[in-house]
Parts: sequence; C-alpha cells; structure tokens
Amino acid sequence: MIATFSSATDLPPISAPDIEYSLLAPVFIIAGVAVLGVIVEAFWPRSSRFLVQAGLAVVGIVAAFADTIWVFTDLDKLDGSRLARGQVAAEGALAVDGPGVFAWGILLIFGFLSMLLFAERRLEGGLSGFTGRAADAPGSASEAEAIKHRVEHTEVFPLALFALVGMMLFATSNDLLTMFVALEVLSLPLYLLCGLARRRRLMSQEAALKYFLLGAFSSVFFLYGIALTYGYAGSFRLSDIDVAVTNRTGGENMLLAATALMAVGLLFKIGAVPFHTWTPDVYQGAPTPVTAFMAAGTKAAAFLALLRVFFVAFGGSSWDWRPIIVAVAIITMFLGAVVSISQTDVKRMLAYSSIAHAGFLLVGFVGAYAGAKDSSRITSTSSILFYLTVYGVSSIGAFAVVTLVRDSGGETTHLSKWAGLGKTSPVLAGSFALFMLSFAGIPLTGGFIGKWTVFSAAWSGGFWWLVVIGVLVSALAAYFYVRVIVLMFFTEPVGEGPTVAVPSVLTTTVLAVAVIATLGLGIIPGPLLDLAQHAGAFVR
Amino acid sequence: MFDLQWLLIAIPLASGLGLLVWGKEGDRFGHLIGTAASALSFLFGVVLFASLLGKDGEDRSQSTKLFTWIDAGSFHVDMGFTFDQLSGLFVLLITGVGTLIHVYSIGYMAHDERRRRFFAFLNIFIAAMLTLVLASDYLVLFLGWEGVGLASYLLIGFWQHKDSAAAAAKKAFVVNRVGDLGMATGIMLMFSEFGTSSIHAVNGAITGASGSVATALGLLLLLGACGKSAQVPLQSWLLDAMEGPTPVSALIHAATMVTAGVYLVVRSHGIFDASEAARTAVIVVGLVTLLAGAWIGCAKDDIKKALAGSTMSQIGYMMLAAGLGPAGYAFAIFHLITHGFFKANMFLGAGSVMHGMDDDVEMRHYGGLRTFMPITFATFGLGYLAIIGVPPFAGFWSKDKIIEAAFGENFWVGLGALLGAGVTAFYMTRLMIMTFLSEKRWREGVHPHESPRVMTWPLIGLAVLSALGGVLLVSNWITEWLEPITGHAEHEELAVPAIVLTLIITVVVAIGVVAAVAFYRREPIAVETPADSSVSIFARAGRHELYGNELNDAIVVRPTRHLTRFLVWFDGKGVDGFVTGVADRLGDTSQFLRKPQTGYVRSYALTMFGGVAVLVLALLAVTLA
Repeated sequence: MIATFSSATDLPPISAPDIEYSLLAPVFIIAGVAVLGVIVEAFWPRSSRFLVQAGLAVVGIVAAFADTIWVFTDLDKLDGSRLARGQVAAEGALAVDGPGVFAWGILLIFGFLSMLLFAERRLEGGLSGFTGRAADAPGSASEAEAIKHRVEHTEVFPLALFALVGMMLFATSNDLLTMFVALEVLSLPLYLLCGLARRRRLMSQEAALKYFLLGAFSSVFFLYGIALTYGYAGSFRLSDIDVAVTNRTGGENMLLAATALMAVGLLFKIGAVPFHTWTPDVYQGAPTPVTAFMAAGTKAAAFLALLRVFFVAFGGSSWDWRPIIVAVAIITMFLGAVVSISQTDVKRMLAYSSIAHAGFLLVGFVGAYAGAKDSSRITSTSSILFYLTVYGVSSIGAFAVVTLVRDSGGETTHLSKWAGLGKTSPVLAGSFALFMLSFAGIPLTGGFIGKWTVFSAAWSGGFWWLVVIGVLVSALAAYFYVRVIVLMFFTEPVGEGPTVAVPSVLTTTVLAVAVIATLGLGIIPGPLLDLAQHAGAFVR
Repeated sequence: MFDLQWLLIAIPLASGLGLLVWGKEGDRFGHLIGTAASALSFLFGVVLFASLLGKDGEDRSQSTKLFTWIDAGSFHVDMGFTFDQLSGLFVLLITGVGTLIHVYSIGYMAHDERRRRFFAFLNIFIAAMLTLVLASDYLVLFLGWEGVGLASYLLIGFWQHKDSAAAAAKKAFVVNRVGDLGMATGIMLMFSEFGTSSIHAVNGAITGASGSVATALGLLLLLGACGKSAQVPLQSWLLDAMEGPTPVSALIHAATMVTAGVYLVVRSHGIFDASEAARTAVIVVGLVTLLAGAWIGCAKDDIKKALAGSTMSQIGYMMLAAGLGPAGYAFAIFHLITHGFFKANMFLGAGSVMHGMDDDVEMRHYGGLRTFMPITFATFGLGYLAIIGVPPFAGFWSKDKIIEAAFGENFWVGLGALLGAGVTAFYMTRLMIMTFLSEKRWREGVHPHESPRVMTWPLIGLAVLSALGGVLLVSNWITEWLEPITGHAEHEELAVPAIVLTLIITVVVAIGVVAAVAFYRREPIAVETPADSSVSIFARAGRHELYGNELNDAIVVRPTRHLTRFLVWFDGKGVDGFVTGVADRLGDTSQFLRKPQTGYVRSYALTMFGGVAVLVLALLAVTLA
C-alpha cells in the first residue's frame, strides 16, 4: 500500500501548458469576441442587438489586426535564421511565423470587409441580407410573420468570427490534429451561414447541405490521410514528419497514400479540380456577403495550410508529389477558365473564376521555390501571399457589386440583366470592370502583378513550361472577362434593365477599399511585395 | 526638360479619361478637347525633338524615371521612359499623324451620337502607343502593348450594333492574345536569365548569354510582333478590323499600332543581332507576309480591305528590312514613317470616298469619282504614287533602299521583294482605276460630293508629307541619325551598281502599272462581283485571304470549341451553352440551364471519389514506375 502510495506521489506533476499569450493574442481576441457575441445574443435586448453585434465584430477585428501588426513586426527577435522568422508556440501546436502572421493580417482584412457587407441593411429595406428565422419553411406563413415583425438573425456575426478563428488557426497550425480541428472550426459556421439567405432560400439551403455533405466527405479523406501519416511518421508534428520523410524510414506506399489523401482534403477547400464541384453551387446559393467571405478567406487559409503541409512536412518528398500537383494545376486553370465562358450567372461565373485562380496559385505552389541565400528573387510562399491578398480584395469587391444589382426578386445575378449596366451606373460598372481586368491580369491592376509573381516563382523553380501554359490559359480567361465588360458597357439593356440599389456607407466603403487596393497594388505593389518577401519561410 | 517627357503620355491620357467620365454636357466640345490634347502632345514632342537635335550624338538618349513600379528583392522594374532618336521619331509620327486624324474625325464622326467617346478612345490609344515607344523597360512596354490592344479592340467594335464589328473586335482580341503570349513569356525569360527586363540592360547583356537564349528570346518577341503587326501566321484579324470607323483604320491599323512589331524588333536589335536564326525567321515572316498581303490586295473589291492587304504587305517590307540587321534597321524605320504618311493619307481618302458614297465600301460601285471629288482624288493620287514607289515620292526612297538591302543579303530575298513591288503597283493601279478613273457604276440615289474642309485639310497635309517624306534620306540623314541605336553597317557590295537596281525596280513597277491598266481598261468593270467559280484560282484564294480563316478554324477554333463543349458537358453543366456572347441569347439558355443545373450531390461526390482514386493511383504510378 505504502509502495503504491509513494509511487503515486512520484508521478510527474501535471504541468500547465505553456501558452505564449502575447504572441497568440490576435487569435484570442477574435475567439473572445466570438464568445462574447454568443453571450450578447442571449442577454442583449433584441431592438439594438444587431448594431451591438456588428459593432463588436468590427471592433474585435480591428483590435486583432492592430495586434497582428505588432506581432509581425516583433517576429524578427525570436529567431536568428535569415530565411524563417517566428517560433513554434502553444506546445508545438501552432507555428507563429512570417507567412502565418501575414495570413492572419489578410484574413482579418477580409473578415473586416465581409463584416461590413454582413451589416449592410439598406438593401432589404432596413433588414440584413440574412433570413429572419432560419427555422421557418420557405414561403410559409410563419416566415411572412417573421418578416412582418422584422426578426433578424444576429448570430451571423459570432458565427463568422468563429469561422475566422478557424481560418487563422488553419493557417498557422503546426501539427495535423490542430489543423483538423481548425478545419472543422472554420467549416461548420460556414455551412450554417450558407443556408441563411433571405431570398431564394431553397437554393441557399440546398447549397448549405451540399457544402456540408461534400465538406464532410473531404474531411474524411483528410482525416484518413492524417492517420496514415501518423502511421508512417509516428507523430502529428510537421517537423517530426519532415524528419521521417527525409530519412525515408520505409513504408513508401503508406507515405504516398497519406500524401494523396491529405492533398485531397486541402485541394477541396481551395476548390481545385476535380474537387471543385461544390464551388459553383455553393457560391451561387450562399448569401452574397458569405460568398465573399468564403471566396477570400477560406481560399487564403487553405492555401497557407497546403503550403505548410507540403513544404514543411512533405518537403522531403517533393519530387513525388510535384508531378501530380502540376497536373491538378493545369486541369484546374484550364477547366476554370474554359467553363466560365459558358456561365450565365454572375455568381457562378465568379465561382469558376475562383477555380481558375486556384489553378494559377497552384502554379506558384508547384514551383516550390524557396529562395536562395545570395538571391532575393520572389519565393513561392511570398508570391502566393501577394496573390491571395489581391485576389481576396478584388473578389470581395466583385461580390459587393453583385449585392447591389437588383430587381424586385432581390439580387439579379443573371448576366443578361447586367447588360447596359455601364449606362445606368457607370461608377459601379466601372469598378466591376476593374475587378474583371484584375482577374484577367491586365497590367496596372493588382491581378497582373499577382500573376506575374506566381509565374515568376514557378519559373525560378524550374517549371518554365508550366508558366507558358499558365500564360496561355490566362489569355483564354481574359477573353471571358473582357466579354463581361463589353456586356456592361456596350450592349443595350434588355427590358427595363437592371436597377442599382443605393448602398449605405458600409458597402460603399468596401467598394472603395477594393477599388483602391486593386489599382494601388497594380501601380505600386512594391511595399506589399516587400512585406510578403519579408515574411520569409515557414518555421519548423 | 526631358524629365517631363511623361507629359507626352499624361496629356492625352488625362483628356481621354476625362472625356469618358464627362457627362452629356461634354458632347458639344469633347472632340475639340480630344484634338487639342493630341495637338498639345505633338507640340511638346516637337520641342523635345528639337532640343534633341541640338545635342551631341552621345547625349541624344534621354531617360527619366517616373517612379519605381515594382521593387521586391531583385524584382525591380522602374516606370521609366527614354526619349531618344528612335522613340523621338515615333513620338512625332504618332502625335503628328494622330492629330491630323483627330481633326479629320471631327468631320467624319460629326453625326455619330457617341463622338465624345470615340475621341476619348482615340486619346487613350495615343497615350498607350506613346507608352509603348517611350518605355525603357520591356514590362512598361508591355503595358503600352496591352493598352493599344485594348484601345484597338474598343475601336474596332465601336459600331457595336453591327454584329460583324463585334465579331471582328473579338477576333482581333483573341489573335492578339496569342502574340501577347510570346511577349509575356519572353519577358519572363529575360527575368530568369538576366534578372532584369530593362531594354538597355537586356540588349547589353545578351552578348554574354548563350546563343539559344538569344534565339528563344528573338522568336518569342517575333511572335508578339506577328500578333500586333498582322504578320503571317497571325495576320487574319487585320482585314476584319476594317469594320472599325475609317479614321481608326488609318491611325491604328495602318500608321501606328500595326507597326509596333517592327518597332519592337528594331528596339530589341541586340537580341536579334545575337541570333542568326531569329533574324532569319524575321526575314522569312516579312517576305511571306509581303507577298501574301499583296496577293490579297489584288483580289479584294472592298476598298478598305484592299488597303488593309496592302498594309500587311508594306509591314512585311519593314519586317524584312528589320530582319536584315544593322543594314536594314534604319530603312525599316524610314519605310515605317513614309508608310505612316501615305497609308494614313489613303485610308482617310477612302473614308472621304465612302463619306460621299453613302458608306459604300464596294469599289465595283465606284468609278469616275475624279471630277466629283477633286481634292480627294489629288491627295489619294499622291499617296498612290508614293506607295508604288514612283520617284521622287516618299515610298520610292524607302522601298528602293529596302529592296537594295535585301539583294545585299540574299538574291532570292531581293527577288521576292522586287516582285512585291511589281504586284503593289498592280493592285494600287487597279484600286485607282476602279475608284476614280473608270466609268460610273454608282448605285441609285448616290450623289458623290467632296467632303467638308475639316476632312480635306488633313488629307492635304498628309499628301504633302507623302510627297516629301523622302527628304529624310537627304545625305543619309536618317541612317546617321539612327546609327547610335541601330549600329553601323558596312555598305554591301551588290553585283550591279545601285543606280542600275533602282532602274530595274522602276521598270518592274511600270510593268505592274501597265498590266493593271491593260487588264482593267480593256473592258468595263462588272458591277456585280464575279462568282468564285468564274475567277481564276489565284483571285479566288486572294479573296478568301489565302484561306487563313479556314485554316485557323480547322486547326484552332473547331478543336477548341469541341473541347469546350466536352468540358462543359463533362462538368455536368450540360447544354449547348458555349459562347453565349450576345445577351439576348442568354435568356433562352438560362431556362434550359436551370433544370439540370441543380447538380446532385451524389454525382459531385462520385466525381470527388474518382478524383481521389486517380490522385492516389497516379501518385503511386509516378513514383513506383
């Protein structure tokens, strides 16, 4: 008895995990505000709840962003290495490094802009673009009643913030379990948000269900990939996996299967072919502000996770996975660009354009150009960070335009209704045209520099022929984007033509920021490129 | 003062953008502002050029850096411009001819309700074209290159209510993207090889690079040049581009933009000097286009298309000269300038004829216009004498020099160029006879009349330039002026004295003229176009633009269309939804799309699962193979 007792006292003391609170503060701020939002939801009076929730979300994001800047500038002090900056934090669960914190920054910017779109209430006669009571059957009497009493779902703000937390964790997770949890944290609120559209509710609910089913399906592959990876490397830590992969500890087939399955889960989130099928349906069905948030945020977070897993954990076997990713990149670019030609719905068109952009981003990824000591050529990581910024901002801007072109049934997304938009509303059509030109990669827009940088990274990585294909496909895609511009400016409107709602200051701000950023990053991309280049490599 | 050269670009750009955003109130004087902007830019260009003349040879390249465009590590591009002997000449050509065409357009577009917008596009074009020629970095040049492409696209499709115009614009855009592909890849190659895309640095560093790099760069730039300058095999868009308003054809598709390819080759002389293979490719492209364009010019009955064929052919001459290396660069530019004068002159003349003939372009409906449009006839006649190369008009000097240089390179190349001169004389004489000289074949209700003064004055101005352009060659001024840029060339010794060759050329030209007169004066010209079956196989091929469109269709368009259909079908988005270009077609398509559009999750999941299987198997196969 005594012996047992004494052995019990010999147990090592449970040590509290060592959390670097100051380093992780941006994540904590967003998570805290999200939880606070849930409490507000329970206790705050309904009449002013919407404004409180919106204000809370915006203030939280701004505070987190300010803190992110501080963290980013402080990174240098932590690590002596020239290429990588930052450190592994939270007992190895998170890697707070240059690219990760840069991603936090852009995710918070996307979140900020999306929250402004979420909060827009002028377009629906004083109500938000989300359904009043999601539980009501579409078209039922209780729905009509909810509208009459001006009921609103204010949970959308905490939900979006939870998704944002997931995205931030996804971009910085340093072990596969954390990454999986982050993936689910980011996905679940988004599934819900997708189903909350005020108009065309059936379509919206269908989109949510589809997204959920297919998302769950892809998560399974991801999880299975994690399991196989663990079987191969005996650890969830990316750096441990790297060691195992580099030393080739045997069981090659298991490693290959693990790589492929992990890739599936990540390629699904970025919308690469053949895991893209959900994209058009979900983008079309989801409430447009949510689509904007997803298009910009999910893609950015998932790309960071993809880079981290494949550069850090599977970096040693890059010659195995590169050919496959090359093929995926080519098919993705090509299919996205070609199929967008036949689209007649603006949101679906933007969805296919987002698929094509995933392909261009993959080109930069495949280059896997990590930079060299003596040269400061743009690396794959920084080129992708830059591209994601430009693409995210322009696409939030484009979706903001979509929310404003309306008819009696809400947003009118059919392309034919957009004919002649340039006559009725030149400023709006002009900004949409600018976003299209940026997507097409025409010089003096951010999109051009973005394409330029990813292609240049791929070229430095030795994939010159892939760059040629990329340039060819972007030429093909440009044809389509320009066609939309022609439609808006040079085609006579059909019928009475589109009406353009006058937005409040919120949407106007989003549009202004997007236009300025798209142009600004095209004319003087230097500072941001420098910042992206300064972010350096991933820490291990 | 040269630090302010960006003003050359900024003035028309500001005017163009201003006119675009200006409301209806701008309609009354928008055209005047547009013209004034172009004229202002021209005057400033003259001032700069004059001060360049006053400098010593070494100081004549004046660069200025506006700001740093891209700066991330070694990724460094300056928004910089260079005003030197070559770009100076171009600035004068672009703004000078451009201003005359602006003036002309005031009359030509007087009844178009969107005249303000037309002038805005013209201004933007001028700004983009100036960016192209002043750029001191290939990436900045590319910016202008895309800009002129966009302006050209907008202006070809300006009369968008015509389906043919919209289709032509689209075609020009697509074909030009193929050329742009060459440009973009070329610039990428420069970056990876030399770490810079500065024109000066690349052309300086090329001698240290391997020959294959120079050849690859040369061929890529040539592809870009072919797209912009409508050279074989990317020639097909130029004839369709004649759907645009005639001043556009004169400015963009004759005098300036289409010569950008020649400019590019001359500007990149370092690259082409370093690669024999690339130069040979330029010569071949130039020679083939020269003959093909002339052939097409012989067969077209549409006055603008006949002139477009002739433009192709003349640019072929310039390309050929540019491909000859230092011996030809200066003559390529010389011919480019004289061609800019006389071809703009003739296009505007054709516009004047159309103006008097109710916008009919069919030469078979013309005839006998000499007495009804005396000024147009006289100015067009001067252009005609210039293009066929009758001494002492401008074209004689420039073409003579190119043919001479071609003989210096290779006998057969020279012979091809000589033959082209004869054919040029033939088709231009045919055009003159059918339009101005032969009997009247007007349709009913047409009352030809001379155009208003605002249109004839620019014609007179250009006619004078067409007649006197040859003075640039007095005591070899142009070759010496450009020598610091193009390098010095030893004079090639020909088998026969130069004067004998000149005589031979003149005789060949005379034969061409006589043949055309004999052919078209013998019997009255039919009002109806003879059916394809009743003309010779040569005429038939020429009419069909040597089957270039059919060829493109067979090897590019149709396979692409099938591929798109397949992909669309494959993607579960069904329907025959390809190319829904016109908005009113979209309504029908959507109804159809809506039904199968609600794609089933199970099929999506199956696609994903298939993808997973393929991915895993491929990974295993690639690695274990």
